[in-house]
Formats: sequence, structure tokens, C-alpha cells
Amino acid sequence: MDVVTLSRLQFGAAAMYHFIFVPLTLGLGVLVAIMETLHYRTKNEIYLKMTKFWGRLFLINFILGIVTGITLEFQFGTNWAQYSIYVGDIFGAPLAIEATLAFFLESTFLGVWLFGWKRISPKMHLISIWLVAFSSNLSALWILIANAWMQDPVGFVLKNNRAEMSNFFAVVFSPYAWLKFTHTITAGFVVGAFFVMGISAYHLLRKQNVEFFKKSFYVGATFGLIASVLVFLIGDFHAAEVAHVQPTKLAAMESIWDTRKAAPIYLLLVPDESQKTNLIEAFPIPSLLSLLAYHDPNATVRGLNSFPSNDIPPVTPVFLSFRVMVGLGTLFIILTILAWWFARKDKLLDHRSFLKIMLYSLPLPYIATQVGWIVAEVGRQPWIVYGLLRTNDAVSKNLTVGDVLFTLGVFIVLYTALAVLDFALLIYYARKGPLETD
Amino acid sequence: MLNILWFIIWGLLWAMYFALDGFDLGIGMLFPFFAKSDQDKRAMLESIGPVWDANEVWLITAGGATFAAFPITYAYMFSFLYLPLMLILYGLIIRAVCLEFRYKVNNPTIVSLLEFGFFLGSLLPALLLGVAFGNIFQGLPIDQNGYHGNLITLLNPFGLITGILFVVAFLLHGSLWLSFRTEGDINLRAKSLARKLWFITLFFAVLFLVSAYFVTNLYNNYFSMPYLLIVPVLCVLGLLGAGFFIYSSEIMAFLSSAICIIFLTFTGVGGLYPNLIPSSINNAFSLSAFNSSSSQYTLAVMTIVVIIFVPIVLFYKFWTYKTFSYKIKEGKEEGY
Repeated sequence: MDVVTLSRLQFGAAAMYHFIFVPLTLGLGVLVAIMETLHYRTKNEIYLKMTKFWGRLFLINFILGIVTGITLEFQFGTNWAQYSIYVGDIFGAPLAIEATLAFFLESTFLGVWLFGWKRISPKMHLISIWLVAFSSNLSALWILIANAWMQDPVGFVLKNNRAEMSNFFAVVFSPYAWLKFTHTITAGFVVGAFFVMGISAYHLLRKQNVEFFKKSFYVGATFGLIASVLVFLIGDFHAAEVAHVQPTKLAAMESIWDTRKAAPIYLLLVPDESQKTNLIEAFPIPSLLSLLAYHDPNATVRGLNSFPSNDIPPVTPVFLSFRVMVGLGTLFIILTILAWWFARKDKLLDHRSFLKIMLYSLPLPYIATQVGWIVAEVGRQPWIVYGLLRTNDAVSKNLTVGDVLFTLGVFIVLYTALAVLDFALLIYYARKGPLETD
Repeated sequence: MLNILWFIIWGLLWAMYFALDGFDLGIGMLFPFFAKSDQDKRAMLESIGPVWDANEVWLITAGGATFAAFPITYAYMFSFLYLPLMLILYGLIIRAVCLEFRYKVNNPTIVSLLEFGFFLGSLLPALLLGVAFGNIFQGLPIDQNGYHGNLITLLNPFGLITGILFVVAFLLHGSLWLSFRTEGDINLRAKSLARKLWFITLFFAVLFLVSAYFVTNLYNNYFSMPYLLIVPVLCVLGLLGAGFFIYSSEIMAFLSSAICIIFLTFTGVGGLYPNLIPSSINNAFSLSAFNSSSSQYTLAVMTIVVIIFVPIVLFYKFWTYKTFSYKIKEGKEEGY
């Protein structure tokens, strides 16, 4: 393997690992803030217990999100020096702004929230958790503005052998960035909701702390229903934007090889990359792809074969990931409608099999977010900045295979150990239930 | 003009990082040796619990600002110093997790692993950041073909002196913070330790400042612009103050030590100017505030962001430090 492949593996692994923890931070932070608000408004002790129980799980997860994020910021420089030189004039700004606007706020007020129970007023304590929830989502905005620029570069000129920013507001208000941002945070909300519902279902199945977990489940289900609908709708708009600015990615998502008018979506499809065609295409829904991608049933969708073959991404992983993501997204809407309905009618304990489904569905939004990033990043290949700079030209020149092999090895060992520890703690404290005193 | 401003901001961000994360890295390095009881351990962790994470953000901001303002320096600094930087990152990862999970685990084997991780994860960044900056002060072997060093060449005498100086200065800084935040027995022990560490820090600070004269070009700027000598003088005054106030004023001793670290950083950065990374082979290949910077447009955008938001950050960080400056009562630790 060469330095490019190893560096891609290292960055991909570090990013995907980071994104195990981040969505829960995004979603559960808001949920804990909602719980503390309910306590602040109603003075009902059960909401305080909920805040502390879910807050502790939030903290255990949070720290892994932090530490895995630091390495990403530095990897642009360590492994992708040529990329950093080429795009730094544009790409560095949102990263620096993210740290200044969001990270300081997030880390400061998390400390205040955690240590401030007896030190600050209840109102200030409530404000602290909202600032944590707000700033973690704000940091998502800035990092996704940076990522969106790699997908759809805007607001720049090519000058001095690099891309230079010509319009900051074009970069910040890029439609791609805002679609990506809203799609990503609502996906994080779904992760948070299923996390709360799954753990609540576990305890409800054992009839432990029934009132506590019924209330938690209801909060999770309400939040989850809204988030599941939103993530799906925004995902649809996002795909249309992809069709508009990244036609090779869209074609790979749907495994469309030949350009066609009124393109259907096949319910069953098996791509054959070596022959540049599909092995099986069955059960078409006529014109659906044209309709979804271009909002016109007769629109033409460009196939992969109409692009130079060195410009198209790996098709199978992108296609499969996209299918899995859309399938799961549909399932989340069905499950959250049922969850919300049963919780509202106080019928959860009557539907044990549904509670079991909700318990075992806990990992599904995690899978959906991971495959979502595979669509986004593998679908962008062979470009690191779509249409501007190839991944192969972006890597640091001074690195040796040995350097990257060593660091990748340490990452794998270290991250695995930390993940085991983190999951063990999450499971331990999730099963333990709420604190009786405190 | 903006390039000069961003050069100063670059130095300031590193200085803020060392002055703030310095004391909690120091607490981490002291942890296995200083804490005699579980109560001591809880007090040490509580003293940094509410603030360490936000302190580390200065490093992320320094990295982000280097990327935004000096992308070419960012690219070369981090790719040339690949292995040391990765070791620093591993240290920070291990440390954060060990610190946060120490009181969430009951298994004694895992607890001692976590405590060791907290120590090692504090020592590695302190030492290696010192080594890295010691080498940057000397210049890196860079020419038209790139970088000609490796991890071993970084471990030269001056690099090691700077590394050890960082370690002992952070240990001193940490023990002064601990004395500020505690009372009773642990407070007295922190002070007596700080006194010993002060002499050691003084020794390495003098060694650093003297050897810098022989192996680096840091003093050239000070000789050509003598009024700049106020920077190293403030560094020395800070160090003297830290020693002077140990028993008379805990807060003054800590603040003096912070001033010492800030102006130590500025002594180095001021000597580097206009370079961020000098080439030890030929100054033509040095990365400077002018040849490695972003466009004027980007620098202007970032300047506006800094002017608006950094005061806000400083305001709420100051409020946090004020809120969490109470004396930790023995046996009544909060938090973890």
C-alpha cells in the first residue's frame, strides 16, 4: 500500500470513529437540555433525575467525541499537506471559526454544567446546558461548511497556484453546506432519540423505574418523530442538490451507467463495476429518479459512462450505502410514529415486542449515519475537492509508508481500547438506572 | 500589516495554550507522585475538572488559526513534525479519557491503568511540545527538497533543554494552581513542592536563555530592537514573582507563573519574527509571516472574527475561572 491509500484509511477510520460519538452528542445534548427545561418549568423531581441520568451518559460519550475530533483537525496538515496548501486560504477559516465560536463555548459551559450544580443559579445552570447543546450543533455547522466546500467549491478564485477565497459569504451561505448541516444534525437527533428510547425500552421490559423510563421514552419519541421526518425531507433536498452539483456522485448512488430520460428507480439492483453496467435491474418505479433528482419526471439523468472513467467514484459501496441509509430513514419514520403513539396512549407496557424492537433498533441510526458519510465522502472520489483537486495529488510529500503504517496501527489499537472502555461504561451506567439519591 | 497582526495572534494563541493547559498538564504529571490519598486525588482532579477541556481548546484554536492564516506553515509544520505531533495527539487522547473516566470505574486494575494514562498523557504533550518548539527556535533542516530531519534529530540538546523546561515550568505552574485551589495539608505540600520546583525551573530557564544565545538566532531581533528586551525581562520577572509569592499570595504566585510562561513563549516567537519556521539550512527556505500566509482577504475576514468573538470568549472564560476559584474542601469534593 502507498502513502495515499494509508493516509485515506487513517483519515477515513479517524473520521468514522469520530462520527460514532458526535451524533449522540448532537442529539442527546438537546434532549438533556429539554429535560432540564422541563424540570425548571414544572419543578417535577423526575425531570431532574432524568437530566442527571441521561446527562451522565451524555458526558461519557462526549469526551470520546472531543478527543477523536482533535486528531482530525491536525491530520489535514500531517497527511494532506498539499491539500492544506492548495485550499488553506478557504478551508482553514471555518475550522478556526469553529474553534473560536463553538469549541470554547461548548467546553467551557460543559465544565460549568458538570461542576456547577451547587455553584450557580438553576437558571444559569439551565442556560449552560442549552449553550452546550447549541454550541455542539454550531460546531457541526462550521465543520460542514468546510466539508461542503470540498463537495461544491464556491466563492473562490484560482490564484498563486492555489484556491483563494473571494467571497466569504458565498462559502458560509453555500446551499450545499446548509443542506448538509441540517441533514447531519437532524440525523444526530434521531441517534439521540433512539438511544433514549432503546435504553428506556430495556428498563420498561424489566419493569424497572417505570414512570421514569416512560417519561424518558415519551420525550425521546416526540423528539425522534420530528427529527426522523425532518432528516428524510432534508435528505431528499440534499440529494437534489447533489444531482445538481455532483452528477457523478448521484449516478453512483443510484448505479446509473447509461444516460437516460425519465430515469426510474429499480427496487432491486445489482451493480457490476467491471462491466460498467448492472447485473440485475428489476421492479422499476418509472421516472422516480428523474422526479426526485430534478423535480421533473422527464428530466435526463447522466449515467456514469458519460464521464471519463478516471472521474467516477467506486460505485458499489456508494450505491449500497445509499440504499441502506434511505431504507433505514424510512424505517425510522415508521418506528417513531408507533413509538410516539404508544407512549402518548400509555400503551408501551402492553406492547413488549415493540419495546424489544426499539431496544434492538438502538444501533440502527448509528449505521445510517456511518453509511451516510460513506455516500458523501467515497461518492466524492476521486476528488478531494470536487472537480478541482484529486485525492492522489493532495497527500504530504515527505511521509513514508512506515510513518503512516505506524500511526495507523497506534490509532487502531488506541481507538479500539477506548471504544471498548467507553461502551462498557455506557452499558454499565445505562443498565444501572437513575440514581436514587442525589 | 495584517500579516504582522496574525503573527502576533499566532504567538498569543500558543502562549495562551501553554499558560492555561500548562497547569492542568502539570497536575497530570504530579498526579501519581503527589496524591497520597483518594481525597488528594479527588481534590487534584476537581481543581482542573471544570476548566481543562476549555484550556485545551486553545491548542485547537492555535492549530486552526495556523491553518487559516498561514496554511503553508500549517501544512509543513505538521507534516514535517509528523511523528512527534502524532505522539502529542495520542497523549492528549489518552489523558482526556483517563481523567474523565477515573472516577467512573471501580476495577482497581483499570483504575491504575487510567491513572498511569493520565500521567503519561500529560507528560508526552508537555515534553514533546517543548522539544518541537526548541527545534523550531533553532530552525528545521528545510531546503527545496523538503525536510531532512526525523524524530531522532529533534532530540538534540537544545530541543531537550526546551522540552525539560516545559515540563518543569508546567509542574511548577500546576503545583501553584493546586495551592491556590486547596487548603489544609494538601495546600502546604503543594507550596513546599512549588518551592523546590521553582529552583529547578529557574535552573532550566537560565540554561535555556543562555544556550539560546549560542545555538539559535533568537536574540538578533532583540539586539536590533532593544526595546523588545522587555519581553524576556517580563519572563524573568514572572519567574521571580512566582518564587517570591509562593507563601505570601497564592493567586499572585500563580499569575506570575502564567506571565512567565506567556513571555517565555513570546521571547521565542519574538526572536523568530518574521519566520514561523526558520530553515536551518538557508533562510531563503524559511516559512515566514509573509511567504506562507493566506490572502489579504482571508486575513481580513479572520481579523473581524477575532475582534468580535475573542473578547466574548475571554469574558465568559474569566467568569468561569471566577466561579470555580473557590477553595476545595477536603472530603467534600464535587463533580466527578
